[in-house]
Amino acid sequence: MTQDPGKGVMINGEHRRVAEGTSIAQMIADIGLDPAKVAVERNLEIVPRSTFGEVMVEDGDEFEIVHFVGGG
Amino acid sequence: MTFSDDELDRYARHIVLPQFGGAGQQRLKSSSVLLVGAGGIGAGALPSLAGAGVGRIHIVDDDQVDVSNLARQPLYRSEDVGRSKAELAARFAAERNPHIEIVAVDQRVDEDNAENLLSGHDLVIDGSDNFRTRLIVSDMAVKLGLPLVSGAAAQFQGQAALLTGQPCYRCFVGEAFDSDDCDNCAELGVLGALTGTMGHFAAMLAIRHLAGIGPSDAGTLHLFDGVRARWKAITLVADPACRACGTPG
Repeated sequence: MTQDPGKGVMINGEHRRVAEGTSIAQMIADIGLDPAKVAVERNLEIVPRSTFGEVMVEDGDEFEIVHFVGGG
Repeated sequence: MTFSDDELDRYARHIVLPQFGGAGQQRLKSSSVLLVGAGGIGAGALPSLAGAGVGRIHIVDDDQVDVSNLARQPLYRSEDVGRSKAELAARFAAERNPHIEIVAVDQRVDEDNAENLLSGHDLVIDGSDNFRTRLIVSDMAVKLGLPLVSGAAAQFQGQAALLTGQPCYRCFVGEAFDSDDCDNCAELGVLGALTGTMGHFAAMLAIRHLAGIGPSDAGTLHLFDGVRARWKAITLVADPACRACGTPG
Protein backbone atom coordinates (compact mmCIF):
# COMPACT_ATOMS: atom_id res chain seq x y z
CA MET A 1 0.00 0.00 0.00
CA THR A 2 1.42 3.37 -0.97
CA GLN A 3 0.64 6.44 1.03
CA ASP A 4 1.49 10.09 0.56
CA PRO A 5 4.32 10.49 3.04
CA GLY A 6 3.64 14.25 3.13
CA LYS A 7 6.07 16.79 4.44
CA GLY A 8 7.68 16.68 7.85
CA VAL A 9 7.75 20.12 9.45
CA MET A 10 8.17 21.76 12.82
CA ILE A 11 5.49 24.16 14.03
CA ASN A 12 6.30 26.08 17.21
CA GLY A 13 8.76 23.40 18.19
CA GLU A 14 6.48 20.40 17.52
CA HIS A 15 6.86 17.86 14.74
CA ARG A 16 3.92 17.62 12.35
CA ARG A 17 3.23 16.11 8.97
CA VAL A 18 1.31 17.96 6.30
CA ALA A 19 0.05 16.66 2.96
CA GLU A 20 1.95 17.22 -0.27
CA GLY A 21 0.92 20.47 -1.96
CA THR A 22 -0.20 22.28 1.21
CA SER A 23 0.08 26.05 1.23
CA ILE A 24 0.97 27.99 4.35
CA ALA A 25 -2.59 29.35 4.52
CA GLN A 26 -3.94 25.79 4.40
CA MET A 27 -1.48 24.59 7.03
CA ILE A 28 -2.55 27.39 9.40
CA ALA A 29 -6.22 26.62 8.84
CA ASP A 30 -5.57 22.88 9.34
CA ILE A 31 -4.29 23.51 12.85
CA GLY A 32 -7.38 25.54 13.64
CA LEU A 33 -6.09 29.10 13.32
CA ASP A 34 -7.26 32.01 11.18
CA PRO A 35 -4.50 32.86 8.66
CA ALA A 36 -5.60 36.51 8.80
CA LYS A 37 -4.79 36.70 12.50
CA VAL A 38 -1.29 35.28 12.76
CA ALA A 39 2.17 35.96 11.38
CA VAL A 40 4.29 33.09 10.15
CA GLU A 41 8.03 32.79 10.44
CA ARG A 42 9.45 30.13 8.15
CA ASN A 43 13.07 29.07 8.58
CA LEU A 44 13.76 32.25 10.58
CA GLU A 45 12.18 34.60 8.05
CA ILE A 46 8.70 36.09 8.12
CA VAL A 47 6.53 35.09 5.18
CA PRO A 48 4.82 38.11 3.55
CA ARG A 49 1.20 37.68 4.53
CA SER A 50 -0.15 38.31 1.05
CA THR A 51 1.68 35.15 -0.10
CA PHE A 52 0.30 32.67 2.47
CA GLY A 53 -1.94 31.17 -0.20
CA GLU A 54 0.87 30.69 -2.72
CA VAL A 55 3.86 29.58 -0.65
CA MET A 56 3.97 25.79 -0.40
CA VAL A 57 5.17 23.95 2.67
CA GLU A 58 8.49 22.16 2.05
CA ASP A 59 9.92 19.12 3.79
CA GLY A 60 11.99 20.15 6.80
CA ASP A 61 10.49 23.63 7.11
CA GLU A 62 10.51 25.10 10.58
CA PHE A 63 7.62 27.39 11.39
CA GLU A 64 6.89 29.75 14.23
CA ILE A 65 3.33 30.95 14.25
CA VAL A 66 3.10 34.29 16.05
CA HIS A 67 -0.13 35.67 17.47
CA PHE A 68 -0.40 39.44 17.46
CA VAL A 69 -0.32 41.23 20.76
CA GLY A 70 -2.11 44.58 20.74
CA GLY A 71 -2.61 45.46 24.39
CA GLY A 72 -1.16 48.49 26.07
CA MET B 1 22.33 73.60 21.65
CA THR B 2 23.98 74.03 25.03
CA PHE B 3 23.29 72.43 28.39
CA SER B 4 22.83 74.15 31.72
CA ASP B 5 24.85 73.01 34.74
CA ASP B 6 21.78 71.19 36.03
CA GLU B 7 21.36 69.36 32.75
CA LEU B 8 25.01 68.35 32.69
CA ASP B 9 24.66 66.95 36.22
CA ARG B 10 21.31 65.34 35.49
CA TYR B 11 22.46 63.53 32.36
CA ALA B 12 26.00 62.78 33.61
CA ARG B 13 25.53 58.96 33.51
CA HIS B 14 24.39 59.18 29.91
CA ILE B 15 26.96 61.68 28.71
CA VAL B 16 29.79 59.53 30.08
CA LEU B 17 28.69 56.60 27.92
CA PRO B 18 31.07 56.35 24.95
CA GLN B 19 28.30 55.39 22.50
CA PHE B 20 26.10 58.23 23.73
CA GLY B 21 28.14 61.20 24.93
CA GLY B 22 27.30 64.86 24.59
CA ALA B 23 26.35 64.34 20.96
CA GLY B 24 23.76 61.71 21.83
CA GLN B 25 22.41 63.89 24.61
CA GLN B 26 22.04 66.79 22.19
CA ARG B 27 20.23 64.60 19.71
CA LEU B 28 17.76 63.61 22.44
CA LYS B 29 17.28 67.21 23.54
CA SER B 30 16.46 68.29 20.00
CA SER B 31 14.02 65.37 19.51
CA SER B 32 10.27 65.39 19.70
CA VAL B 33 8.40 62.19 20.54
CA LEU B 34 4.70 61.44 20.38
CA LEU B 35 3.62 58.87 22.95
CA VAL B 36 0.31 57.28 22.02
CA GLY B 37 -1.31 55.77 25.07
CA ALA B 38 -0.57 56.50 28.72
CA GLY B 39 -1.49 53.00 29.90
CA GLY B 40 0.82 50.16 30.82
CA ILE B 41 3.23 50.61 27.91
CA GLY B 42 3.19 54.39 28.14
CA ALA B 43 3.75 54.26 31.89
CA GLY B 44 6.80 52.10 31.27
CA ALA B 45 8.19 54.28 28.50
CA LEU B 46 7.53 57.78 29.82
CA PRO B 47 9.88 57.85 32.84
CA SER B 48 12.79 56.75 30.64
CA LEU B 49 12.02 59.25 27.90
CA ALA B 50 11.53 62.17 30.26
CA GLY B 51 14.44 61.27 32.46
CA ALA B 52 16.74 60.86 29.49
CA GLY B 53 15.95 64.38 28.33
CA VAL B 54 13.93 63.88 25.16
CA GLY B 55 13.32 67.55 24.44
CA ARG B 56 9.62 67.46 23.66
CA ILE B 57 7.07 64.78 24.49
CA HIS B 58 3.39 64.83 23.59
CA ILE B 59 1.24 62.31 25.43
CA VAL B 60 -2.04 61.33 23.78
CA ASP B 61 -4.71 59.46 25.71
CA ASP B 62 -8.41 60.16 26.21
CA ASP B 63 -8.79 57.75 29.10
CA GLN B 64 -9.19 58.34 32.82
CA VAL B 65 -7.46 56.43 35.57
CA ASP B 66 -9.29 53.34 36.74
CA VAL B 67 -8.42 51.55 39.95
CA SER B 68 -7.55 48.44 37.91
CA ASN B 69 -4.81 50.44 36.14
CA LEU B 70 -2.84 51.01 39.32
CA ALA B 71 -1.22 47.57 39.36
CA ARG B 72 0.72 48.32 36.19
CA GLN B 73 0.69 52.08 35.64
CA PRO B 74 2.95 53.63 38.27
CA LEU B 75 2.41 57.16 36.94
CA TYR B 76 -0.87 57.22 38.86
CA ARG B 77 -1.82 57.19 42.51
CA SER B 78 -4.92 55.82 44.20
CA GLU B 79 -6.36 59.31 44.57
CA ASP B 80 -6.04 59.87 40.79
CA VAL B 81 -8.86 57.48 39.92
CA GLY B 82 -11.25 59.20 37.49
CA ARG B 83 -8.79 61.86 36.35
CA SER B 84 -7.28 62.39 32.89
CA LYS B 85 -4.35 60.09 32.21
CA ALA B 86 -2.73 62.41 29.68
CA GLU B 87 -2.69 65.30 32.14
CA LEU B 88 -1.46 63.22 35.05
CA ALA B 89 1.23 61.62 32.91
CA ALA B 90 2.36 65.04 31.69
CA ARG B 91 2.57 66.29 35.26
CA PHE B 92 4.54 63.20 36.30
CA ALA B 93 7.09 63.84 33.55
CA ALA B 94 7.29 67.59 34.17
CA GLU B 95 7.95 67.04 37.87
CA ARG B 96 10.87 64.79 37.00
CA ASN B 97 12.53 66.93 34.38
CA PRO B 98 12.01 70.69 34.17
CA HIS B 99 14.19 70.96 31.05
CA ILE B 100 11.76 69.29 28.67
CA GLU B 101 8.51 70.36 27.09
CA ILE B 102 5.55 68.11 27.89
CA VAL B 103 2.15 68.43 26.26
CA ALA B 104 -0.93 66.46 27.35
CA VAL B 105 -3.41 65.70 24.57
CA ASP B 106 -6.69 64.41 25.98
CA GLN B 107 -7.86 62.80 22.74
CA ARG B 108 -8.22 59.41 21.13
CA VAL B 109 -6.26 58.95 17.89
CA ASP B 110 -8.57 58.43 14.93
CA GLU B 111 -8.45 58.79 11.13
CA ASP B 112 -9.38 62.46 11.33
CA ASN B 113 -6.87 63.72 13.87
CA ALA B 114 -3.94 61.36 13.25
CA GLU B 115 -2.12 63.57 10.77
CA ASN B 116 -2.30 66.58 13.08
CA LEU B 117 -1.21 64.61 16.11
CA LEU B 118 1.75 62.90 14.44
CA SER B 119 3.06 65.78 12.34
CA GLY B 120 6.13 67.60 13.59
CA HIS B 121 7.53 64.78 15.71
CA ASP B 122 10.72 62.83 15.11
CA LEU B 123 9.41 59.50 16.36
CA VAL B 124 6.16 57.93 17.54
CA ILE B 125 5.83 55.37 20.31
CA ASP B 126 2.59 53.45 20.15
CA GLY B 127 1.45 51.85 23.38
CA SER B 128 -2.27 51.97 22.64
CA ASP B 129 -4.57 49.15 23.65
CA ASN B 130 -6.17 48.07 20.39
CA PHE B 131 -5.24 47.12 16.84
CA ARG B 132 -7.48 49.66 15.18
CA THR B 133 -5.62 52.57 16.77
CA ARG B 134 -2.28 50.87 16.12
CA LEU B 135 -3.04 50.58 12.42
CA ILE B 136 -4.19 54.21 12.16
CA VAL B 137 -1.00 55.35 13.90
CA SER B 138 1.20 53.12 11.75
CA ASP B 139 -0.42 54.09 8.46
CA MET B 140 0.04 57.78 9.30
CA ALA B 141 3.64 57.26 10.44
CA VAL B 142 4.36 55.59 7.08
CA LYS B 143 2.65 58.44 5.23
CA LEU B 144 4.64 61.08 7.11
CA GLY B 145 7.90 59.12 7.01
CA LEU B 146 8.15 58.95 10.82
CA PRO B 147 9.86 56.10 12.65
CA LEU B 148 7.43 54.14 14.82
CA VAL B 149 8.21 52.14 17.92
CA SER B 150 5.37 49.74 18.57
CA GLY B 151 5.16 48.26 22.06
CA ALA B 152 2.45 45.86 23.15
CA ALA B 153 1.64 43.43 25.92
CA ALA B 154 -1.16 41.01 26.72
CA GLN B 155 -1.30 38.26 29.31
CA PHE B 156 2.36 37.12 29.43
CA GLN B 157 3.33 38.00 25.84
CA GLY B 158 5.13 41.16 24.82
CA GLN B 159 6.02 42.45 21.37
CA ALA B 160 8.06 45.51 20.40
CA ALA B 161 9.61 46.77 17.19
CA LEU B 162 11.13 49.84 15.61
CA LEU B 163 9.66 50.33 12.16
CA THR B 164 10.96 52.87 9.68
CA GLY B 165 8.72 52.77 6.64
CA GLN B 166 9.26 49.29 5.22
CA PRO B 167 8.40 46.86 6.68
CA CYS B 168 5.59 48.61 8.54
CA TYR B 169 3.24 47.49 11.30
CA ARG B 170 0.57 46.68 8.72
CA CYS B 171 2.98 44.32 6.92
CA PHE B 172 3.06 42.38 10.19
CA VAL B 173 -0.62 42.31 11.18
CA GLY B 174 -2.37 42.78 7.84
CA GLU B 175 -5.98 43.74 7.32
CA ALA B 176 -7.88 41.70 9.86
CA PHE B 177 -7.96 44.28 12.62
CA ASP B 178 -9.10 47.54 11.04
CA SER B 179 -12.45 47.00 12.69
CA ASP B 180 -12.51 47.79 16.37
CA ASP B 181 -11.27 44.31 17.22
CA CYS B 182 -9.94 45.04 20.63
CA ASP B 183 -7.22 42.96 22.17
CA ASN B 184 -7.44 44.63 25.50
CA CYS B 185 -6.16 44.01 28.94
CA ALA B 186 -9.59 43.93 30.52
CA GLU B 187 -10.60 40.86 28.54
CA LEU B 188 -7.31 39.02 28.46
CA GLY B 189 -5.51 40.12 31.57
CA VAL B 190 -1.90 41.24 31.65
CA LEU B 191 0.94 41.09 34.13
CA GLY B 192 1.98 44.55 35.30
CA ALA B 193 5.66 43.71 35.26
CA LEU B 194 5.25 42.73 31.59
CA THR B 195 3.78 46.06 30.46
CA GLY B 196 6.52 47.84 32.39
CA THR B 197 9.17 45.67 30.74
CA MET B 198 7.82 46.27 27.25
CA GLY B 199 7.28 49.98 27.86
CA HIS B 200 10.84 50.45 29.03
CA PHE B 201 12.05 48.36 26.13
CA ALA B 202 10.08 50.56 23.71
CA ALA B 203 11.83 53.58 25.24
CA MET B 204 15.14 51.77 24.76
CA LEU B 205 14.42 51.26 21.07
CA ALA B 206 13.37 54.90 20.72
CA ILE B 207 16.42 56.28 22.54
CA ARG B 208 18.79 54.03 20.58
CA HIS B 209 17.30 55.33 17.37
CA LEU B 210 17.15 59.01 18.35
CA ALA B 211 20.61 59.14 19.92
CA GLY B 212 22.18 57.03 17.18
CA ILE B 213 23.36 54.20 19.41
CA GLY B 214 24.49 50.95 17.77
CA PRO B 215 23.40 49.44 14.48
CA SER B 216 19.87 50.03 13.23
CA ASP B 217 17.32 47.65 14.64
CA ALA B 218 14.53 48.67 12.27
CA GLY B 219 12.29 45.83 11.17
CA THR B 220 13.17 43.48 14.03
CA LEU B 221 10.27 42.26 16.11
CA HIS B 222 11.23 41.48 19.69
CA LEU B 223 9.00 38.98 21.40
CA PHE B 224 9.07 38.37 25.13
CA ASP B 225 7.46 35.24 26.49
CA GLY B 226 6.81 35.94 30.14
CA VAL B 227 5.78 32.36 30.89
CA ARG B 228 9.17 30.99 29.87
CA ALA B 229 11.03 34.25 30.59
CA ARG B 230 12.68 34.23 27.14
CA TRP B 231 13.26 36.87 24.48
CA LYS B 232 13.27 36.13 20.78
CA ALA B 233 13.92 38.41 17.83
CA ILE B 234 12.49 37.85 14.38
CA THR B 235 13.08 39.81 11.22
CA LEU B 236 9.94 41.25 9.67
CA VAL B 237 9.75 41.61 5.91
CA ALA B 238 7.91 44.18 3.86
CA ASP B 239 4.81 42.76 2.26
CA PRO B 240 4.82 43.92 -1.38
CA ALA B 241 1.01 43.93 -1.24
CA CYS B 242 0.84 46.02 1.95
CA ARG B 243 -1.60 48.83 1.39
CA ALA B 244 0.31 51.23 3.65
CA CYS B 245 3.91 50.81 2.54
CA GLY B 246 3.72 48.49 -0.48
CA THR B 247 4.38 49.54 -4.05
CA PRO B 248 1.16 50.84 -5.61
CA GLY B 249 -0.19 48.78 -8.50
